[in-house]
Amino acid sequence: MNLKPVLTITKREFVTLITSPLASVFLVIFLFGAGLMTFQIGRFFDGGEASLDIFFSFHPWLYLFLVPAIGMNLWAEEKRSGTIELLLTFPIASWHAIIAKFIATWLFIAVALAFTIPYIFMVKGLGDPDMGPIITGYFGSFLMAGSYLAITCFTSALTRNPVISFIIAFVGCFLLILCGYPPITEFLANDLNLAGWVVRLVSGFSFMTHFELMQRGLITLRDLVFFLSTVIFFLFATSFVIRSQRAG
Amino acid sequence: MIEVKNLVKCFGPKRAVDGVSFTVERGDVLGFLGPNGAGKSTSMRMITGYIPMTSGQVTVGGMDISKSPEEAKKLIGYLPENAPSYPGMSVRGFLKFCAEIRGITGSAATRAIDRVVSLCFLDKVIHQNVDTLSKGYRHRVCFAQSIIHDPDILIMDEPTDGLDPNQKQEVRKIIKQMGEKKAIIFSTHILEEVEAVCNRTIIIDQGKKVEDGTPDEIKRKALNAGSIIVGTTGVLASELSRKLEALNGVDKVEVLSDSQQKVSARVFPGAAVAFGSLAPEIYRLAARESWTLNELHTDSGRLDDVFRRITFSETGKAKN
Repeated sequence: MNLKPVLTITKREFVTLITSPLASVFLVIFLFGAGLMTFQIGRFFDGGEASLDIFFSFHPWLYLFLVPAIGMNLWAEEKRSGTIELLLTFPIASWHAIIAKFIATWLFIAVALAFTIPYIFMVKGLGDPDMGPIITGYFGSFLMAGSYLAITCFTSALTRNPVISFIIAFVGCFLLILCGYPPITEFLANDLNLAGWVVRLVSGFSFMTHFELMQRGLITLRDLVFFLSTVIFFLFATSFVIRSQRAG
Repeated sequence: MIEVKNLVKCFGPKRAVDGVSFTVERGDVLGFLGPNGAGKSTSMRMITGYIPMTSGQVTVGGMDISKSPEEAKKLIGYLPENAPSYPGMSVRGFLKFCAEIRGITGSAATRAIDRVVSLCFLDKVIHQNVDTLSKGYRHRVCFAQSIIHDPDILIMDEPTDGLDPNQKQEVRKIIKQMGEKKAIIFSTHILEEVEAVCNRTIIIDQGKKVEDGTPDEIKRKALNAGSIIVGTTGVLASELSRKLEALNGVDKVEVLSDSQQKVSARVFPGAAVAFGSLAPEIYRLAARESWTLNELHTDSGRLDDVFRRITFSETGKAKN
């Protein structure tokens, strides 16, 4: 299997992304949002606990806006500018391009996450934090961002309009958060009197449910499989959309 | 080098390309003509492997584009319609990317970039961002991309669209030069371009191939092709046409203008008369009659006459 084209495209996408104004806007809002949510809304200092639990608990909500924003142009822009015709007539397979674009953007999100590393030093300065949940929290957050991104890749391939791509990705990710959001699951269980297995099934599709254990320092196979299969499923869906659109 | 057999593309119920077949050998420059929406771009997109065909077969350099697309695409350089390039990249960066994705790296890439940059006159803008370039330059950047790997096969969708007359001339010259060693297909609306550059022409209309031949062969199919224009001074129009009509092999004579003793007429030869053989006869007639000839030449036909006649139906008017 020839992976060189993947590397070449990843490099191009990453450099273009990181030098674009979108990247700076993303970074500023991500860091500002993470700070605001952790300290103001999450009342970090009132908790009196040296952990990043509060910081991570807002990530599903932060990604909800930011990942569709950074990914909405992935394919929409290629289609609008016609470069997709160049890209797909190069001697590469379309999955090379799909994976490369995904990886480049995912790497960029990793860079944004890396900018929050000072938080680790902060909690270390404040007390004696358990490093386990912090490491798994970062890992889980990165995986979750990948799932959001794969969904955005898919919606970006659906349309040449980035705004439509953003909205569909936003709604899709929002639903996948909501089905595991405690107020909703409580509503399903208590007010609708649904059986326990139905509620578990619904919440099993949620990012929240699968991210929760990782926040607490536990990486289970189930959660890993959930995030990775979401990524793989939506990248396959992307490839299907791109192929069928070319077929007319 | 390129073999297209019974190429068909359906978009829903519409047959955009309907059974087009042709071959292009090394050394051929094939002009692809047709009105807007005739299926030119769609055909080229199928040949380059961008869109899958509904049925038919395309082989490039002996490889089937549907069965081994990655290998086949290596041989092809493609300039899509509207000449896209990646915004936010410099000209050099873009060309470097295009070279790298085709497996050209290091000093080979530098050499390839230098070659296409000088060939396409991009020296002045090499460090500029492609967003800031004029349309003509952007076109040349994309053209440079298509020849960066010195491909055996070059497919270009309207390569001179949006260029100024000087640039058009340059691009034509490059195409003609490269045509000696490569197999080239290009589509265009400009008929003079076909005459200047191509050694073969295909006209397609409503997805079907309607003409295939050298530009000269196709030109001969014009209604006026082979007719002779005669211009005289001091002869009455009626006398001129009477005597010309009496000449052996003349089918009919049409007086084109008649003013201030100057008369010009178009002489249509009969079907059996060989191309160009009537002019000497007319010359001898003029000598016998002591006419003053101002003009005597055989109309070799015009491509746009043929084009119009063949493709008129597309605009809703009847074929004539």
